[in-house]
Amino acid sequence: MTTSSESGEAPSAALRTEALEQLLTERGLIDPEMVDAFITNYETNVGPLNGAKVVAKAWTDPEYRRRLLADGTSAIKELGFDGPQGEHIVVVENTPTTHNVVVCTLCSCYPWPVLGLPPSWYKDPAYRARVVKEPRTVLSEMGLDLGDDVEITVRDSTSEVRWLVLPERPAGTEHLTEEELVPFVTRDAMVGVAKVAAA
Amino acid sequence: MSAPLDIDGSAAPPRANGELVFSQPWESRAFGMAVTLYEAGAFTWPQFQRALIARIAAWENALDQDRPWSYYHHWLAALEDVLDEQGTVSCDEVATRALTLAQRPAGHDHHH
Repeated sequence: MTTSSESGEAPSAALRTEALEQLLTERGLIDPEMVDAFITNYETNVGPLNGAKVVAKAWTDPEYRRRLLADGTSAIKELGFDGPQGEHIVVVENTPTTHNVVVCTLCSCYPWPVLGLPPSWYKDPAYRARVVKEPRTVLSEMGLDLGDDVEITVRDSTSEVRWLVLPERPAGTEHLTEEELVPFVTRDAMVGVAKVAAA
Repeated sequence: MSAPLDIDGSAAPPRANGELVFSQPWESRAFGMAVTLYEAGAFTWPQFQRALIARIAAWENALDQDRPWSYYHHWLAALEDVLDEQGTVSCDEVATRALTLAQRPAGHDHHH
C-alpha cells in the first residue's frame, strides 16, 4: 500500500508521471535512459559553481568582464556553459549604490547553465509576488540589509531574458587569484539576495 | 513569525553545489521528460513556458486553493497540457494508464 503521509497529491502526481513516461516511451518519443541522463546532469553537474567561475573570471579579467556585461550568453559560452534557459542571459552588475535582484514573477525562469535549477524559495509564490512590491523588506528578511542610499532594481525574467547578477568583489580579496575567488561566490549572491562576503 | 521566506528551515536555499533539487522522485522524472522532449524538438520552450505560466496563474488566482503550492505539480500539468494540445498524448490516456498503475497489487515493485 502507498500511504500518503505528507502530501495527498504526491501519489497521484507520481502515478500520472509514471503513466506519462510509459506512454511516451511506448510511442518512441522519449528514451528513459536519456531522461535519466538529463536528471543526473542537473542533479550533479550543472549548478552555481558554473556561475561562480564566471563571476571570478569577471572580477579578475577586465576584458572578460566587459564582454560578459555586453553579451552574457556568449561570454558564458566561452567557459563551456550553455544549454536550455541559457540562450538569453543578461548580466547586471551590483555596485555600492545599485543593487539588482532577480525574480520570475510568472513562473520560474532561471539561468540553468550557470546556476542549475532554482531553489524552492525562488519558485515560491510569496517571493515572486513580494520581491517586486517590497524588495528592501524581502531582502532584509533574507538577511541582506541595504542602506537607503542603495537603489534596488528588481529584474523580472518575464520575457526571453534570464538575469544573472555580477556581485561586488568583496574588499580584502585583492590578493586572491581567479581560482581562489570561486569558492566565495554563492548562488544567492548571483540572484541578488545576498552579497559576497570575504572570508 | 510568519515570514514565508524560510531561510533556515526545510525550504532554505542550500549553499553548496550538487544539492538535492527534487524533493520526490516523480518531480525529477517530470522535469527530465520535459527537457528530453524539448531537446528532441517535440515543442519549443516558449510553448511549455506558456502552459506553465497558465497553470501557475490558475492556482494563484483560484479563490479556494484546494491544494498546497507544489511547483512540480504545475510543471507536470503544463507538460500534460502541451502534449494533449498537440495530440501526442491525451490527458485521458494518462488518467487511464495511471488508474491501471494504481491497481497493481501491493509490493509489485519489490523483488524478493
